[in-house]
Amino acid sequence: MKLFYILLFTLFLSFPKQSAYGNTLEVCSSCEYKSIKVAIAQAQDFDTIVIKKGLYKEMNIVIDKPLTLIGENYPVIDGEFKGEIITITSDNVTVDGLFIINVGTSYTEDYAAIRVIKSKNFLIQNLKLEKLFFGIFLEKSSDGKVFHNNIIGDAVEEYNSGNGIQLWYCKNIEIDQNIVTHVRDGIYLEFSDFCKITNNKSRENIRYGLHFMFSNDDLYQNNIFQNNGAGVAVMFSKRIKMYDNLFKDNWGSASYGVLLKEINDSEIIGNTFETNTIGINIEGTNRIIYKNNHFTGNGWAIKFRGACYANNFTENNFLYNSFDLSYNSKLNDNKFDHNYWSSYTGYDLDKNGIGDVPYRPVKLFSYIVNRTPETIILLRSLFIDIIDFSEKVSPVFTPDNLLDNYPQMKIITND
Amino acid sequence: MIEIKELHKKFGKNQVLKGVDLDINQGGIFAILGPNGSGKTTLIKSVLGMVIPQSGTININGKTIKKDWKYRKEIDYLPQIANFPNNLSVKELIKMIKDLRANYTQKDLELIELFKLEPFLNKKLGNLSGGTKQKVNLVLTFMFDSPLIILDEPTTGLDPIALIRLKGLINSEKEKGKTILITSHIMSFVEEISDEIVFLLEGKIYFKGTISELKSKTDQPDFEHAIASILTQSYA
Amino acid sequence: MLKILKYSFYDLMRSRWSYVYFFFYLLLGIVLLFLNNNLSKAVITLMNVIITLVPLIGTIFGVMYYYNSKEFTELLLAQPVKRTSIFLGQYFGVALSLSMSLILGLGLPFVFYGVFMSSAIWDFVLLLITGTFLTLIFTALAFNIALANENKIKGFGYAILLWLFMAVIYDGIFLMSLMFFEDYPLDKFSLIATMFNPIDLSRVLILLKLDISALLGYTGAVFQKFFGTNFGFVVSTAVLSIWVLIPTYFIKKQASKKDF
Repeated sequence: MKLFYILLFTLFLSFPKQSAYGNTLEVCSSCEYKSIKVAIAQAQDFDTIVIKKGLYKEMNIVIDKPLTLIGENYPVIDGEFKGEIITITSDNVTVDGLFIINVGTSYTEDYAAIRVIKSKNFLIQNLKLEKLFFGIFLEKSSDGKVFHNNIIGDAVEEYNSGNGIQLWYCKNIEIDQNIVTHVRDGIYLEFSDFCKITNNKSRENIRYGLHFMFSNDDLYQNNIFQNNGAGVAVMFSKRIKMYDNLFKDNWGSASYGVLLKEINDSEIIGNTFETNTIGINIEGTNRIIYKNNHFTGNGWAIKFRGACYANNFTENNFLYNSFDLSYNSKLNDNKFDHNYWSSYTGYDLDKNGIGDVPYRPVKLFSYIVNRTPETIILLRSLFIDIIDFSEKVSPVFTPDNLLDNYPQMKIITND
Repeated sequence: MIEIKELHKKFGKNQVLKGVDLDINQGGIFAILGPNGSGKTTLIKSVLGMVIPQSGTININGKTIKKDWKYRKEIDYLPQIANFPNNLSVKELIKMIKDLRANYTQKDLELIELFKLEPFLNKKLGNLSGGTKQKVNLVLTFMFDSPLIILDEPTTGLDPIALIRLKGLINSEKEKGKTILITSHIMSFVEEISDEIVFLLEGKIYFKGTISELKSKTDQPDFEHAIASILTQSYA
Repeated sequence: MLKILKYSFYDLMRSRWSYVYFFFYLLLGIVLLFLNNNLSKAVITLMNVIITLVPLIGTIFGVMYYYNSKEFTELLLAQPVKRTSIFLGQYFGVALSLSMSLILGLGLPFVFYGVFMSSAIWDFVLLLITGTFLTLIFTALAFNIALANENKIKGFGYAILLWLFMAVIYDGIFLMSLMFFEDYPLDKFSLIATMFNPIDLSRVLILLKLDISALLGYTGAVFQKFFGTNFGFVVSTAVLSIWVLIPTYFIKKQASKKDF
């Protein structure tokens, strides 16, 4: 593998650097080039191909040299559901301003609207993708940017639909300001490190808005994940930074704002979790810092599924969640301090802004619901309030030391 | 006017009326008498539809009263114990009852004058004495000009002057050809005022007729003794 | 009936209990909103108040009114008025004045706070609607208890018991049976059990608004259908209406049979 990269690199160096000073080729029904494929075949390295407005029924367009493809007024490239539409196999390719539709669907091949294979320094921007299987598929590529694309799928079932933006064995990719809706996974990273995912909107996808697997040292910031089938899943990864994202309206029995599984040494800071069935579902995660997040109106703000150690929750707001915390063990090795809990009923006699009585975020009822899920129908019943109260006074089922010793009296406002 | 046939009424295990048959013709004053617990009030309340009998029929003016309420337009009723909503004033009560019957008579003014009730008009009913309440009760009863008047212990709590006024009132109503049913424990009052006696004993009509008939039947010189003789016979 | 309703209503409007009730809600609304200064929190607290206190007050007040207005009732019975309209009129008079105290008492502070400008308006309206439903239901149940019991003390006792049962004991038994039979599919059972208690039913109706995200966490298909679509809302409202109609029917039935 390494040898292959070195080979590729030397190959890249061996090209003469004519770069951006190439020629411009125009494609349109009345132009010299009537087809994109032909234009690519004729083009020299670092040429620019301008595709004028029109309908191009083409597929399997392979860009195998450093070219810039620019669409003028969104020309439509119609793959007629036959297969893959654009495949990039060269470094330094830019694709800009195309409207790509009708990608072929297959159960054996992951056809994409646009695929990048083993390339560097690419830029994919301002695309509109509709009626697709996979949208933008990056494999074994690095140092590229996927910017400002609009991907609208029409996925209904998980098994016959693809992902909006997929990264597989990639490095140093920036994914910025894209909108992805109605596909399987909005954005999917597998074995991809050092990527930045920023300012994207991923909503109404049938599985995950964002899906991480075996990817380390990635950042995602300022994204909006709304109303996805199962929310956002971050699994088997390390050193992930999740800042300032909004997770909203992810409803369903297996739906989460964020699903964390086997995640270590990460930071979750400044995010908002609003009206999700589960804000964050945590399983086997260690040494994670949760700070300045807002959990508002979720079914469960945070649900622990076990094997979570040395996590630190500080200065978060827990507002009007049906349950702030659900915990399934009697042991606790996580810290909850200086948070604001809207259901805290203590007092602050010394007026230092910190409640004088510690807060117990785990209610007895959350145990009962874990055991017998149907009991959820008794939520907020007077009887439940009574047994919760008695548990609060003398904890039997909930971990004794699971306390916020410094509950804040006022909502924490960041910066 | 009133036809009662085979009227039975039980309260729990207590059989109060055991087959009452009674015809009361239009016009005249009928006193319903009987010892305590003989079923006088139950009989009256059955006529009013306040008590629902187990069996038997009651017809008023030829129509059954079962499941009907409109016939009560033809009845003025004076209840035994004057129970009124306590936080209404006399004036409001009168107005309300008129409104309920949709009968905007002016006769109440006369009656208020008669029983000297003006000073109490704006007082709350809860603050009135028993006698005054009874006077209010009388006003409410007599202010509508219905052909059938039922008075349950009308003399309770009345002072002598009011009693005289009441007798006058009853007589003048009789002269208009109305039918008046009265229950009372005051024998002198009954003797003075009634045309006919209906005597209830152990849930049945024991006697119906005029006072003189009663006297001759029991062989007693005066009314009170006649009644007493019935009672001693029955207890013997 | 409307005339009786009118007089019962006037009678209650001048009774000091209506004012106590009204001012209690007014105070509650003001404290919740202006001291806490937080609409969402206020709505949640209000829900707890509405599903426990409204039924309690409805039952107590209904029983109390029935016994206290016995004289009035007897006076009316001798008048040419239909029997059932007397009792229905009184019932609606009580239920209406209680509902008005509730709606005005809570409504005024919320209107002044600016609930119309906020997104919580529908939560709030729903709270008032369920509060009104609960008032209607529990006042009707109270009238039934009072009609069936001549003895005042007994009537009050049964009324309190009814409340205690519906508000606390029922849910206790409900919870126990759910936990006891946890190996069986229980979603149908739990929804049906909810239907049999108007307090639970109102609670679920409000949960549909406040805690929908938690309710959708359960996998059962019946739950999913009930909570995930408008189905739950429609069914709950319909069953609540039935809960009003049945006791009202029994008031009518008892009233036409009872001796006075």
